[in-house]
Amino acid sequence: MNTPISWIKAYVPELAVDLANGSSDEKEAAVKSYVDAMTLSGSHAEGYVLKNRNIDKVVVGQIKQIAPHPDADKLVVCQVDVGDKTIQIVTGAPNVKEGDMVPTVLDGGCVPFRHTKENRYEAVAGGNKIKGGALRGVDSFGMMCSIAELVADYSLFKDEDRNADPEAGVYIFPADAGVKPGDDCAATLHLNDAVVEYEITSNRVDCFSMIGMARETAVTFRKPFVEPVIEVKGNGGDVNDYASVEVIDQDLCKRYCARVVTDIKLAPSPMWMQERLRSQGIRPINNLVDITNYVMEEYGQPMHAFDLDTVAGHKIVVRRAKDGDTFTTLDGIERKLDSEVLMICDGEKEIGIAGIMGGANSMVTDNIKNLLFEAACFDGTNIRLSSRRLDMPTDAATKFTKGLDPELALTAINRACQLIEELGCGKVVDGVIDCYPNPVERRVLPFAPEKMNALLGTDVAEDEMLDIFKRLELEYDEKDRTLTIPTFRQDLVSVADLAEEVARFFGYDNIPVTLPGSQTVGKLSATDMTAAVIREVAEANGFSGAMGYSFESPKAFDKLCIPEGDVLRNAVSISNPLGEDFSIMRTTTLNGMMTWLSTNFNRRNKKASLYEIANIYLPKELPLKELPTEQLTLTLGTYGMGDFFDLKGVVEELFDRLGIVKGITYQPSAAYPYLHPGRTAEIVKGKLSIGYIGQVHPEVCDNYDIKTDCYVAVLNVDTLTMLSRNDRKYESLSKFPAVTRDIQLTIGEMPTIKADGDSYKLSGTYLGDIEAKIVKQGSGILESATLVDEFENRVVYHLVYRSPKETLEAAKVNAVVKDTLLALEKMGIDVSRAWSEELYGPK
Amino acid sequence: MNEMLGKIKESALAKIAEAVDADALNEIKVAVLGKKGELTQVLKSMKDVAPEDRPKVGQMVNDARAVIEDTLSKKLAEIARAARSARLVRETVDVTKPGTRKLLGHRHPNQIALEDLERVFIGMGYEVVSGPEVEYDKYNFELLNIPANHPAKDEQDTFYIQRGATTEEDILLRTQTSSVQARIMLDAVNPEKERTLPIRVISPGRVFRADEVDATHSPSFHQVEGLVIDKNITMADLKGTLAQFAKEFFGPNTKTKFRPHHFPFTEPSAEVDITCFKCGGKGCGVCKGSGWIEILGCGMVHPNVLSMCGIDPEEYSGFAFGIGLERITLLKYEIDDMRLLYENDERFLSQF
Repeated sequence: MNTPISWIKAYVPELAVDLANGSSDEKEAAVKSYVDAMTLSGSHAEGYVLKNRNIDKVVVGQIKQIAPHPDADKLVVCQVDVGDKTIQIVTGAPNVKEGDMVPTVLDGGCVPFRHTKENRYEAVAGGNKIKGGALRGVDSFGMMCSIAELVADYSLFKDEDRNADPEAGVYIFPADAGVKPGDDCAATLHLNDAVVEYEITSNRVDCFSMIGMARETAVTFRKPFVEPVIEVKGNGGDVNDYASVEVIDQDLCKRYCARVVTDIKLAPSPMWMQERLRSQGIRPINNLVDITNYVMEEYGQPMHAFDLDTVAGHKIVVRRAKDGDTFTTLDGIERKLDSEVLMICDGEKEIGIAGIMGGANSMVTDNIKNLLFEAACFDGTNIRLSSRRLDMPTDAATKFTKGLDPELALTAINRACQLIEELGCGKVVDGVIDCYPNPVERRVLPFAPEKMNALLGTDVAEDEMLDIFKRLELEYDEKDRTLTIPTFRQDLVSVADLAEEVARFFGYDNIPVTLPGSQTVGKLSATDMTAAVIREVAEANGFSGAMGYSFESPKAFDKLCIPEGDVLRNAVSISNPLGEDFSIMRTTTLNGMMTWLSTNFNRRNKKASLYEIANIYLPKELPLKELPTEQLTLTLGTYGMGDFFDLKGVVEELFDRLGIVKGITYQPSAAYPYLHPGRTAEIVKGKLSIGYIGQVHPEVCDNYDIKTDCYVAVLNVDTLTMLSRNDRKYESLSKFPAVTRDIQLTIGEMPTIKADGDSYKLSGTYLGDIEAKIVKQGSGILESATLVDEFENRVVYHLVYRSPKETLEAAKVNAVVKDTLLALEKMGIDVSRAWSEELYGPK
Repeated sequence: MNEMLGKIKESALAKIAEAVDADALNEIKVAVLGKKGELTQVLKSMKDVAPEDRPKVGQMVNDARAVIEDTLSKKLAEIARAARSARLVRETVDVTKPGTRKLLGHRHPNQIALEDLERVFIGMGYEVVSGPEVEYDKYNFELLNIPANHPAKDEQDTFYIQRGATTEEDILLRTQTSSVQARIMLDAVNPEKERTLPIRVISPGRVFRADEVDATHSPSFHQVEGLVIDKNITMADLKGTLAQFAKEFFGPNTKTKFRPHHFPFTEPSAEVDITCFKCGGKGCGVCKGSGWIEILGCGMVHPNVLSMCGIDPEEYSGFAFGIGLERITLLKYEIDDMRLLYENDERFLSQF
């Protein structure tokens, strides 16, 4: 919402913001203090433009005489009357004529913009300073300028005469501008002004208008708000003789006002109105169009003008369209309608889409004689949904969407008719057609000062509150202790809303600063604590935290070689995604991880080790009958930092740190399509799968354009949290000596995989099984079994036996080792190199 | 005898003086003082000495022995000192060479910011809770005073999963962590749940809005929601809490400014600016010259929200706030492009 301070001052005349006098910095300071006060009372200013910044010594000059330049064909020498004297100016402008009034920068003056060689206009920091001097040998004491050197939005000044077109040359004031030589140009062009851009919140539909912002200004600065006095003189007649209105779908049209104007005389609107429209980015067209736009900006009420002579039967009917109807709007585009779109029709046909855009068949042309004005209150939600379905977010639709005050329609239509009369644009027929079956009632709320103070934590006096409400135009009933809310404040519905009004004008700054009284205990959740341990371990091992998106492309499944029909492909999909790349909720974290590793690899980073703790989204069924399971997942991914066992070491450290000490097994698996079938393990505790670890399948690496080996581990964080134990207990350190044995084992078939069609089968003896057997045979005295050497198919385990209760006798240890070796032998392990007849006797 | 002892002594002392290492000294020790050493032989020949002379001779032998032992040990210490000195010389390194580092990983800057923030609020008695990212309209909108067709829904371009039989059963990606507010309040008044009133929680998490990816937008980002519900909670408490947070998080000289704003689920509502942590309020590039930086939205929980969640607004009141985490991360570390947070380039991550 852009509001020129000059326009606000029209309704708050006592507002003291002087933008006509003083330096640019002083004017800037004046705007800033205005803007800051407005922001603190709730109208958040996002920025402002001081229009006369860097405009200095620019006056109206009248060209008295034009003579050719002796040395240059494209230059002329002008004598320009600047009020108190006549000065000589050399110009290259092709459009100058004797007698023209033009903006003239005097010697030592300044304009904000500069014409560049590329034929563009750009702002000059500190201003484009003009100094007198000789141009091709002829003295020149200033510069006549184009509109583009004075204002940023110069295109809004373009008119048919091209006088205001910078390409045509200097700006020439229209004949009826009423300016004389020596007038201050900033004033005549209405540039002693600033336009403030406000962010209006959705609850304050009333503030999408100058009147609304003026009210806020008046209350903020404690100045009187002077509303325009609306009087329509009228020219006799009765509007009911000229037109009729029937509202069929009253649920979508709370009010419909219509008035008729005859004897239309089109002409340009006055400068002040043009300038106010330009401040809203609206290009002036003619008095009629300009009045409609002006009232929309002034009151926030969109209006529509129909050429009455094209309205069949001079009758307006408001009703829903029919499914499949088509309609050509005034921009010439054919629109497809449906039965939820509200239409304005005449006696025969549709002539406009209500609240969105008029029709080509009833639009106002230069030949208009008689006019029907519409000011209505359409249902905001309906307009919002219709404009979205039709993809027509017009200015009018945007205003209706917020839900207008129905009272506004009558005010606005009368205001428009008043302006019609004032501008001599036509004759207003007496009377208003007003279809308003259920007038809006003013809401009454209790005045509850204690409750408001209790909510705010303040001690604002009753009188002060009542003063604020009075300024806000709420009526106080002393007897009932109630407040009656004006209809334009539809947002005030509860005591809390009223408390906010008190707070806004009492000042948020003045509310005290306290802390809540009661005591509570701050803490992290168990999951958060698991995640904290994960971060510590991962980072200590060189992995950095990564962050990514939850949604991805379904193509990720193909890149990860996940076969059709795989359960991972059952993903929750977004019905309105930003594009295919963000269209499904991920069921695996690997696409993200591989994408980041690829980014690093292709940016020539020698190594990358990343971890991510984030959700995957697993639907129980599709379409969803309940929310999908959000499974918090840890993903470790790395290249260039070691092999499978380096990553496995990190996972083992993690289990250790989480207190998950016993019973974790790594079960070889060739079942993950995205992983190397010979270098993958499922991580299991008991029958519970915790996740998996493996080398990424080379084909997947190719798909992500990574030309090195990648390793990943994926673990379910919720399972880790469930399994983690932080109730560690001290075990006494054994005082008794250990007995150690090194055993060398020869394995018949080392672990391998064998191709079986498109899949692979696991084969061979795994050390995990050997270790499990050694532990199982430990008889309670095995302290540790450590793999200390391996060569081809031979491995050496270092076994440590110790008892907490006694010094172990060799015979006891020998018996345990013997049973262990025999058990290993039953697994098909050759134990002959470990067998000592001296210790274990003959086999 | 005396002469012989003198010779042994002189010879031993000369050998000691010549010795260059501990081994040589040991040989001398054995040769002179050992069981079969020269001096020991002298003592063994005492039987040939007249008994009246024996004490005298014994004394002379012991004196010689003491001198030799003393010289030996002094020489030994000297050699050890020399050896140690030689070792120190040999072992000299250039200590200005860089250290050998174990390559630690780095925490994601967003996570660092979150943990800093959590630490402050945990210290103020807040429990950290979470809620689902794929959510029902009911929790994301309906119970937050944003009914079907409310214009506020347009402001938060929502990703929808599927439409339900009613609007509140629509399934969507949550647009705000405020969705957790309703869940926590409903739990607190549900006797079957562990949670009770009063409530003092923060809820960090991922939220989604249909914004195209660019330097300042992402369709997925993080918020931290705060919620306090108790008897007699006031807007002054909200101001105090957030002012305290700002001081703890951004530095003790940080000032806060509360500006009126509008959110459907709070009334009164505010946006909070803090004095720029880069320039301290003078105006700089980080704060775009204003001296202030907007960091969060907040307000008193709307009575409708309390009622819908089963809490009597006549008895209880509360406040809520929502902080955009990425925004704070970008500002704090002066990161100029949000996309860097999601690329996970090691060269970026290793800076934190």
